[in-house]
Amino acid sequence: MMPKLNVSNAVAALLCAALVLLPVYSAVTGNIFILTLFTRIAIYALAAASLNLIMGYGGMMSFGHAAYLGIGGYAVGILAAEGIGSGFIQWPVALAVSALFALLIGALSLRTRGVYFIMITLAFAQMAYYVASALSRYGGDDGLTVYKRSDFAGLINLSDRNQFYYLCLACLFGGLYLIWRIVNSRFGLVVQGVRSNEQRMQAIGFHANRYRLVCFVIAGTICGLAGALLANNTDFVSPAVMYWTRSGDLMVMVILGGMGSLFGPVVGAIVYLLLEELLSQFTEYSGLILGPVLLLIVLFARGGIMGLLGRMSRG
Amino acid sequence: MYLVVEQLLNGLQFGLLLFLLAAGLTLVFGIMDFVNLAHGSLYMMGAYFAATFVAWTGSFVLGALMALGATLLLGIVLEYVALRHLYGRDHLDQVLATFGLILFFNDAVRLIWGPAGLALPLPAWLTVPVQIIPGVYYPAYRLMIIVVALAVAAMLYLVVMRTRVGMLIRAGASNREMIGALGINIKLLFTLVFGLGAALAGLAGLMQAPILTVQIGMGENILILAFVIIVIGGIGSIRGAFMAAVFVGIIDTMGRAFLPDLLRKVLSGAAASTAAPALSSMLIYLLMAIILVLRPEGLFPAAKR
Repeated sequence: MMPKLNVSNAVAALLCAALVLLPVYSAVTGNIFILTLFTRIAIYALAAASLNLIMGYGGMMSFGHAAYLGIGGYAVGILAAEGIGSGFIQWPVALAVSALFALLIGALSLRTRGVYFIMITLAFAQMAYYVASALSRYGGDDGLTVYKRSDFAGLINLSDRNQFYYLCLACLFGGLYLIWRIVNSRFGLVVQGVRSNEQRMQAIGFHANRYRLVCFVIAGTICGLAGALLANNTDFVSPAVMYWTRSGDLMVMVILGGMGSLFGPVVGAIVYLLLEELLSQFTEYSGLILGPVLLLIVLFARGGIMGLLGRMSRG
Repeated sequence: MYLVVEQLLNGLQFGLLLFLLAAGLTLVFGIMDFVNLAHGSLYMMGAYFAATFVAWTGSFVLGALMALGATLLLGIVLEYVALRHLYGRDHLDQVLATFGLILFFNDAVRLIWGPAGLALPLPAWLTVPVQIIPGVYYPAYRLMIIVVALAVAAMLYLVVMRTRVGMLIRAGASNREMIGALGINIKLLFTLVFGLGAALAGLAGLMQAPILTVQIGMGENILILAFVIIVIGGIGSIRGAFMAAVFVGIIDTMGRAFLPDLLRKVLSGAAASTAAPALSSMLIYLLMAIILVLRPEGLFPAAKR
């Protein structure tokens, strides 16, 4: 199907073009900082997009999504520490462990609904946080330094700024494409149907929780990939990436950009992290401005930034 | 044996403190259907206010009372300026807005009081140990926390179950639109309940302050514990919150105190010393997960709407 031409899609297209051309700008102006900043943004955008899949389309308000960032990261970090540097092993392990974790906690959490679901996912993420803090062999509370980035047998060099940026961007676009295909597939339509009316979907013969669970696992796996990227980006992984405020950050990105819109989380991640970065250059106390801005966005811009654009395009 | 008694009392004290925090949260959640992540910030503000006012006045009791008033006022202002516009909105909107408030309060505190933590010294009359049963001494201050929190719990019970305001609060919890239609000023009621919740959070913060250091982010971990409690206890149920809080307080404290020794009997020394801290921190979350898996609506679900 062809996407319609309207303001939000135009913004999304422009955004993609800008993201692709960013290294050129960085090379011309010599501004390396912006490239590292946007590498981080791309990774968080991927994580937020995966959260959007379950939150926006599946109606599953997970408050523990940062757990997968940590799990993916620790998979890379621990394997690297044990001398297994190949990305061909590290990354599949990161994805598999994330998927397994999502399967386990999803199967248990999906018995609950609403606020109880929010709290039980949070509880599982906190457990993962405490497990990581106790891994004294791998740094415990202080975290684990990843001395060597994943090695892809010369195919791609992750230590090269531009190559790594494009890898992150490719993962982001790949993730978005996958989510887009899922959302528009029969499977995705069932998941969205369950979000609107679970009883009705059950009545016409869909096993609602099975669809939910598969969706939950897919989202967790994608976020695990973001975790593997993040550990490579910071050369470091610590329990702090799993703390509940980090899950809150991801939620903020999704809601800020616009829940249930494909590009919403990308816009949200860009705006949130840019705002944080810009404000921290002006003032040490960025929260004093960022906090009230979030409040104002909730009060006056329902449906996030993409929702705002959608209303603009309808006039 | 004495150690067990002492740890039980510590658990009770921690649980009661958690109850103060959870009571406000469950009232606001149960009645206004409002998820307030900034509740932990009010707890933190209570502690900072207390540290400041006690230093100003030189009197612990006077400073604590002033801090209580200040948190109450802060809660009312917060509700009036921002949060009342969020009732009836999606839970996620509320999460986002109050998450923003956490960021705001953390940096506001850093701006006003600086990044280093504060200490709130106890007056001499509260530092003496008290003999509770022959041979067992317990710090007077912790004993005072237990007494104050129990008194507040009893008062809260009387107010909610025996007064007209309490009747309105209960009515509001079961059907908001209806009591509005019956001519009750529901906005005022909500502001009042929010202020009450804020004051309870502030009380918990200022009482905890002398035991721990007063620092930025102190409300974040304990906020999650309070959420765990109201979920275990059933949202909107003060009785459930009380029981769950004491339960969680005792389990958490006993787990931290005795789990390491217990594990050492089963596992090798190294494995035990790795597993114990993680397991004792996880215990509460594990408990909640098990309860929610078995009883998806909490142990004491409030009456159906």
